[in-house]
Amino acid sequence: MIATIAFKELRSLFAAPSTWLILAVLQFIFAWFFLARLDAFLQVQSQLAQLASAPGATQAVAVPLFGAAALILMLLVPVFTMRMIAEERRNQTMTLLATAPVSSTQIVLGKFIALLLFLLPIIASCLLMVLALGTGTQLDKGLLFANALGLLLLAASYAALGLYVSSLTAQPAVAAIAALAALFGLWLVEASATDNDSAWRLLAPTSHFESFNVGLLNSGDLGYFLLFCAAFLLLAVRRLNNNRIYG
Amino acid sequence: MSDAAPVTLSAHNLSRRYGGREVIHNLSLELGRGEVLGLLGHNGAGKSTTLQMLTGALAPHSGEIAICGFDLARQPKQAKARIGFLPETPPLYRDMSVDDYLLFAARLRGMPRGVIAGALAETKRRCGLQDAGRKLVGTLSKGYQQRTGIAQAIIHGPEVIILDEPTVGLDPAQIRDIRALIRELGDAHSVILSTHLLGEVESVCDRVEILHQGRLIYGDSSARMQQYGHQPGFIVNLLAPPDISELQAISGVQQVERLSATRFRVLHQAGVNSGAALLALAGQCGWRAEQLVPLQSSLEEVFVKITRGETP
Repeated sequence: MIATIAFKELRSLFAAPSTWLILAVLQFIFAWFFLARLDAFLQVQSQLAQLASAPGATQAVAVPLFGAAALILMLLVPVFTMRMIAEERRNQTMTLLATAPVSSTQIVLGKFIALLLFLLPIIASCLLMVLALGTGTQLDKGLLFANALGLLLLAASYAALGLYVSSLTAQPAVAAIAALAALFGLWLVEASATDNDSAWRLLAPTSHFESFNVGLLNSGDLGYFLLFCAAFLLLAVRRLNNNRIYG
Repeated sequence: MSDAAPVTLSAHNLSRRYGGREVIHNLSLELGRGEVLGLLGHNGAGKSTTLQMLTGALAPHSGEIAICGFDLARQPKQAKARIGFLPETPPLYRDMSVDDYLLFAARLRGMPRGVIAGALAETKRRCGLQDAGRKLVGTLSKGYQQRTGIAQAIIHGPEVIILDEPTVGLDPAQIRDIRALIRELGDAHSVILSTHLLGEVESVCDRVEILHQGRLIYGDSSARMQQYGHQPGFIVNLLAPPDISELQAISGVQQVERLSATRFRVLHQAGVNSGAALLALAGQCGWRAEQLVPLQSSLEEVFVKITRGETP
């Protein structure tokens, strides 16, 4: 059942021309950023070579690229999550799901998995660009892995939050703006915390991504992302269940 | 409804409130296989709310619903797999093709993979969608969208089919097709049909329930509903009419009214064949009887009488 719903969501995502347009523009931005970083790295490479522990290509190109991707995904994920539940409600197709023999959990998980499968190629495209450097230089595989995993977890937590916000309303545009506002708010919490150890920083997904970004695999950060996803998915399930009760 | 038919849907004492306002009061309903039930009511009588509760889209505040013996609240998966529902607005994904949409609906209801292809072809044939399979749902005309909506409700061969105003917005030819389809479905499944078109009830339903302000106020077979509060009588044309008192003298006649120079409306007691007596007399006396039309109260009249709470 979950697979059926996920497959249907993926199909309708890719059936829309706007999806392809966004993916193309995104790829262009990533490539531009990647080439700009690479160019900068090549210019200072001769000087870096004289340093004792010089940053390698991975650190100089991949780390900023993934950092930028994290920021762009914050703006992008709400665009895709907004349709998921809000549009079903607006088009009154939610009735089909609500009267089918599937639970709210299956509906939410199906949609969440579809979002993950959709975001995976975006992250993979970043990874592939960096891996292309492997033909000319030695890459730090561990750092790359940590970055890719971190970005995936970050995207998943954005998707979970977006899905929940989408379940609150029947207007996709409202869902997009509200999800964006929530993500931006979380980012601001992190940015405004002056103290590096401030408890406020722990709230924001981006601050947990930072440790992945510098190559730190921390079980605490991993736990944070899993809890964040689980909490918002659970809230979305509850919201769908309440729909049946309150109409 | 024959008593032998197994009960496919039973609802007991359903109530539903919106805010503090109770819109459905203690509604109980039972439906057997092979039965087409018409749910009649004014706009806002609670028809759609009732149907949404019966399909599990909305939880009742109290009461129980069982589909083929499965409780809708406790065993929702088994119960819902046996329901097909067409809401007021067909739940269509406009960016999918008709085939993809129906396949999705079939898989969603947990049909085994092996039988889906056959069910798809059969459902499209029944709903007249053979040529529309590859078209996008969003590009179809209103009539075809409605048919697609009915198709998604019946593709998994549910025991109970619930249709909320299935013929709204269709042209007369399409209405006829859909009514024929509903009649056909009614042979093997149980169908609940909500409508405010009384002609629809007359032509397809075996049984009628009238919902008024959230209560079922009348339930009977649709043939008997037509007899509700009905005074037997006829209208007769007599080209050489006698005096009105002569007509009144015929046995059983209670009231005679002259509609025009040659037309009379005659009301008589139930169970007395005053029409035959009048015709015999007309033959003897040379009244030149031309036409005798029994009075039939239309369902519209009956419906208005019932919802106003008039007793016959």
